Amino acid sequence: MIPVDYYLFLSLALFTIGVIGVLTRRNVIIMLMSIELILNAVNINLMVFSRMWGTVDGQVFAIFIITDAAAEAAVGLGIILAFFHNRETVLADEMDIMKW
Amino acid sequence: MQTLNQALFIFFAVLAVASAILMVTRRNIVHGAVFLITTLLSTAGIFLLLEAEFLFIVQVILYVGGIMVLFVFVIMLVNLDVSMRQVQFNRQWFVAGALALVLAAQFLFAIWAGRGALRLPAMADEISPKNTEAVADALFSHYMLPFEIASILLLVAMIGAVVMAKRRVG
Amino acid sequence: MGHLIPPSIMPYVLPVLYAVVIVAVLPLLAGYIVLMERKVMADMQARLGPMRVGPHGLLQPIADAVKLLLKEDIIPDKADRLMFWFAPLVSVTMALLAYSALAIGPAFQIADLNIGLLFILAVSSLGIYGIVLGGWASNSHYSLLGALRSAAQLVSYETAAGLGLISVLLLAGSLSMKDIVQAQSDQGVWFGFSVPFGFFIYLVGSIAETNRAPCDLPEAESELVAGYMTEYSGFRWSLYFLAEYANMIIVAGIATTLFLGGWLRPGARYHEHIPGTGIEWLDALPALLTLGVALYSLKLAPQQPVKIQKIVMGLVAVLCLGIAGILAGALFAPAGVMQGIHGAFWFMAKVFAYIYAFLWIRFTFPRYRFDQLMRLGWRFLIPLALVNVIGVGVAIVLRQQFAWGPIVSLIPTTLATLGVAMLLAKDDAPVSEAQTADGE
Repeated sequence: MIPVDYYLFLSLALFTIGVIGVLTRRNVIIMLMSIELILNAVNINLMVFSRMWGTVDGQVFAIFIITDAAAEAAVGLGIILAFFHNRETVLADEMDIMKW
Repeated sequence: MQTLNQALFIFFAVLAVASAILMVTRRNIVHGAVFLITTLLSTAGIFLLLEAEFLFIVQVILYVGGIMVLFVFVIMLVNLDVSMRQVQFNRQWFVAGALALVLAAQFLFAIWAGRGALRLPAMADEISPKNTEAVADALFSHYMLPFEIASILLLVAMIGAVVMAKRRVG
Repeated sequence: MGHLIPPSIMPYVLPVLYAVVIVAVLPLLAGYIVLMERKVMADMQARLGPMRVGPHGLLQPIADAVKLLLKEDIIPDKADRLMFWFAPLVSVTMALLAYSALAIGPAFQIADLNIGLLFILAVSSLGIYGIVLGGWASNSHYSLLGALRSAAQLVSYETAAGLGLISVLLLAGSLSMKDIVQAQSDQGVWFGFSVPFGFFIYLVGSIAETNRAPCDLPEAESELVAGYMTEYSGFRWSLYFLAEYANMIIVAGIATTLFLGGWLRPGARYHEHIPGTGIEWLDALPALLTLGVALYSLKLAPQQPVKIQKIVMGLVAVLCLGIAGILAGALFAPAGVMQGIHGAFWFMAKVFAYIYAFLWIRFTFPRYRFDQLMRLGWRFLIPLALVNVIGVGVAIVLRQQFAWGPIVSLIPTTLATLGVAMLLAKDDAPVSEAQTADGE
């Protein structure tokens, strides 16, 4: 049997990569994709604990997280598209129109 | 059977981590998206190892077949050539990366300290065919209210996206 | 034969064998569907179609395949080489992977997954990446536009088609392909008759999903040269082609399983026996049909102009005779074997009928404009499908609470959906005029 720790380590690795992606990349689309990666890492955790306790609660939560990811992607990409049409850029540090 | 499971786990895990790293570091966003898709698919494989076949399907249909198509779609609408020639990492990348690694080290310490305490129950000889029904039962009885809230969230997101994408007249 | 194979790998032998058969037969089948398409098109346009290669063009697919394989393989200079190489593989792999859950007969199925239908939908929805990435990697405007259109169209119509399928899932209460067919057998009616609107929505949705005319905007010749396939040639192009036809067979297979009773024989309730034997008339039908085809081609053989064509026609006759022999022999075999062989026959017959409907629609309707296509999907099919799903839910309650029959309980649903459809269609016409008047 594969120990639970292995799944947790895998999830941790994906989570860290996602965090690094969000914090270091300039491209907003890559940042959004990194957030998807983080959510995905959380899903692995939920799934392994769901399996551990023998219930489906974790899986239900994972469904909610996927729903959330869908909503986030729709709105986020909508914002990116609108921004791109107005400012011709997808870089996070050039989105400084509200910066004083 | 046991070794097969372990081999599959290692395969999916390595694939997931490797393509996640590639996704974060690629200059070309389309390649990044493809690597993210690979990560998501290998995660789906890990769900299958954990006997969550309904979530496996949800992951493939919704995440890979829905959300990522949206991503690829938007990536193709924005101008790629310009963004590929620009600097890819922001100015604080060193601090940010170090902080992320510190965070990871903390988690790693926590998991390492408690290693071996958690065990998966032995796998049933025959995989229960009722996973989909079980998820549906939980979703439509115990989690009814969160389910409704999630649907409202989707509705709000849809309206938001439509408003955002709508062309301003005049 | 049983003692030759160790028992530990015994359960894997048959699925692997089926998989090999499917992968081997599919390209040939796709080629002959193309021939069928050309012949049907020719017939509808009062021409002859391919006649030169083999009798009545029967060897045309093989000649085409050889031509495609020998063609030069061109990769555009500015293309993304890795993606250009990778994209057709994605398309064709996903199309082939979907076959693993398709139940061609009660015995002929690679894996009876309990999420079978969802698996097929999931895998075939991944095929879009082949199209999108291929279109992007070609680095050509036509390709990119074709890919974008394809993505938008697929996402839109997947929703509608999925909702169409849900009405059947509610009735069958299972996601396993086998159980769905079994449910139709138990209820005594094919779901295509009990939920005609689900069938209609899936038919339209599946045409759009497989990018067939009149919804073939991603590859509209008059607008985009060849859409996402513009820069592809030779073997890679034929992979796309194979994927497209494999997808057609997949959607036809899904429709057959869910709406047309899968491998069930038409008229399963009639058990008239041939006098003096235990064989039912309708069971003898497949063998008699193929025998008829064999005799007809035997009659045609001497009329062929060239000697080699006479020989090929004779071979076709012998082949049909062989199939007729197998089908007839199955009548005297044990019930399991007979159902397996005849089930596969009926399944394939229904699949080809569905594909024929595809071709028929293709040669009858003019191509949609893109905004018309989107409006049809979002403003007509999806609301209709939602109404239909709710109606089916009501019908199930009626059946459970008041013990209505499986057909009777669905009649109000069908009528209500029909009403909504007429309302939507009426509602749609003036709005579309107003929109075009806006000038957008």
